[in-house]
Amino acid sequence: MKQASARPRLCGKLNGKLLKTYRILSKIFGFKASLTTRRPDWDTPSKASQPVIQTPPTRAIRFRGRSFQALALCPEAPFDDWLKDVDAWLERSPGFFGGKPLVLDVTGRECNAEALSHLVKAFAARDIRLLGVEGADAALARAELPPFLSAGKAANFIDMAPVVAAAPEPPAPQGLIIEAPVRSGQSIVHPEGDVTIIGSIGSGAEVIAGGSIHVYGALRGRALAGAYGNPRARIFCRKLECELLAIDGLYKVADEIDAEWRKKPAMAWLENDSVKIKSFD
Amino acid sequence: MAEVMVVTSGKGGVGKTTSTAALGAALAQAGQNVAVVDFDVGLRNLDLIMGAERRVVYDLINVANGEARLNQALIRDKRIDTLYLLPASQTRDKDALTEEGVKRVIDELRGRFDWIICDSPAGIERGAQLAMRFADLAVVIANPEVSSVRDSDRIIGLLDAKTLRAENGETMEKHLLLTRYDAQRAGRGEMLSVEDVLEILSIPLLGIIPESDEVLRASNVGSPVTLNNAQSAPARAYLDAAKRLRGEDVPMIIPSQKKGLLDRLFARRAA
Repeated sequence: MKQASARPRLCGKLNGKLLKTYRILSKIFGFKASLTTRRPDWDTPSKASQPVIQTPPTRAIRFRGRSFQALALCPEAPFDDWLKDVDAWLERSPGFFGGKPLVLDVTGRECNAEALSHLVKAFAARDIRLLGVEGADAALARAELPPFLSAGKAANFIDMAPVVAAAPEPPAPQGLIIEAPVRSGQSIVHPEGDVTIIGSIGSGAEVIAGGSIHVYGALRGRALAGAYGNPRARIFCRKLECELLAIDGLYKVADEIDAEWRKKPAMAWLENDSVKIKSFD
Repeated sequence: MAEVMVVTSGKGGVGKTTSTAALGAALAQAGQNVAVVDFDVGLRNLDLIMGAERRVVYDLINVANGEARLNQALIRDKRIDTLYLLPASQTRDKDALTEEGVKRVIDELRGRFDWIICDSPAGIERGAQLAMRFADLAVVIANPEVSSVRDSDRIIGLLDAKTLRAENGETMEKHLLLTRYDAQRAGRGEMLSVEDVLEILSIPLLGIIPESDEVLRASNVGSPVTLNNAQSAPARAYLDAAKRLRGEDVPMIIPSQKKGLLDRLFARRAA
């Protein structure tokens, strides 16, 4: 008896999920299929007389249950005032809802067909797409409305802080000035901005900067400018004898640098995804 | 006021031990109390160059670990009374050195000598870092060729980062000693010129030691080159460098061997 009573409950749960998926898929693709789709040739002769869904004798369509996390929006009456608040929010953080799966939760709200239709249209007008509607009376379902969802569970807290307001002002670019030669084996890393060296960069030394690199001396080691994604960074030096030049991850080794630039004052920059070099002589 | 001086280079075989012995002897010849300390634990050479290998009983490790007194380990030179050697241990390795032990030995030496010259092992690891750790000034040895110069550049970076003076925010005095220099070959572009090396390393020049057979001859008889033949070209260059260390203003010339007419003719043919 215990087993018999336990089983339907389990089935009910599973079926609920599958049905939901089925309902969404059938809406999207506009087909009709049964959850118990079978190939006709599987049927035993005794069941052959039972009505079977007529599907072409191709392979079975498979459905799998999935649950996803979505952002539930709970409108408050009066809805027009609430929509104004949404607009104010969007002004502070444009694109906040962009790409986020969104569900309209009207649980406990007095929401007739007209109000629901008004809300859905209001979101469409703001270019916000709804994945579904939760907590509405099943009788209100219409083809032009998003699918009705049920059995939603609260998920992890989603940080609703406005994106733009929360993002701190990017720090002002700061230059680093080094008043000594960079010796072989030393590494200067400065992601915040430009690096200026009053002296030389020795063979086997490297300077990595978020911005440009200025060398008032010979550049014999490696210089990596714009190393954190800045294609407009440049490298300047009084004497080009480098082992490697790189800007925004694109590099040239000494072998690839034309002999005419060597031992001369030079500048390197990025053009069409390639490191260009020019002499100041 | 005692000066602790490290002789270092990064690269091996450029003349650290030869220069330590020659500069130590030159300073002692000028009346200074000098101790030369071999930090090349496991590969000691300074005792051979100084001609003291038959008199080694205790060594730097014994003193650093408190197994022997400094007086028992110091070996006095037979030729100059004011020159002493503290040898390294040949049976141990660099891990036997501790910073506390080295500090204790250096502090004790400071109380007895005018100059303490530390002969660094090659490399940039523990042995080399402990040799430079407590130094007041450094003599960086380089040969006029690219690999030696780059290694010296690396060592200068370490001198400015890993020494006690550097860590306390004081400046570390550094001097370049260019060894095995051949003016003729440099003139033909076969080796780096003095200007090239100075431009790359950008530290003051202490001296230029010419390439010479005298150096090998002196080390074979176990004598610092300045003691073996004080008139030879490398000896005069080292004696000048020692004067500059003491603050004298000596014009920078590259001493050359006096050659007769026949020598010149044969040298040309041999080259």
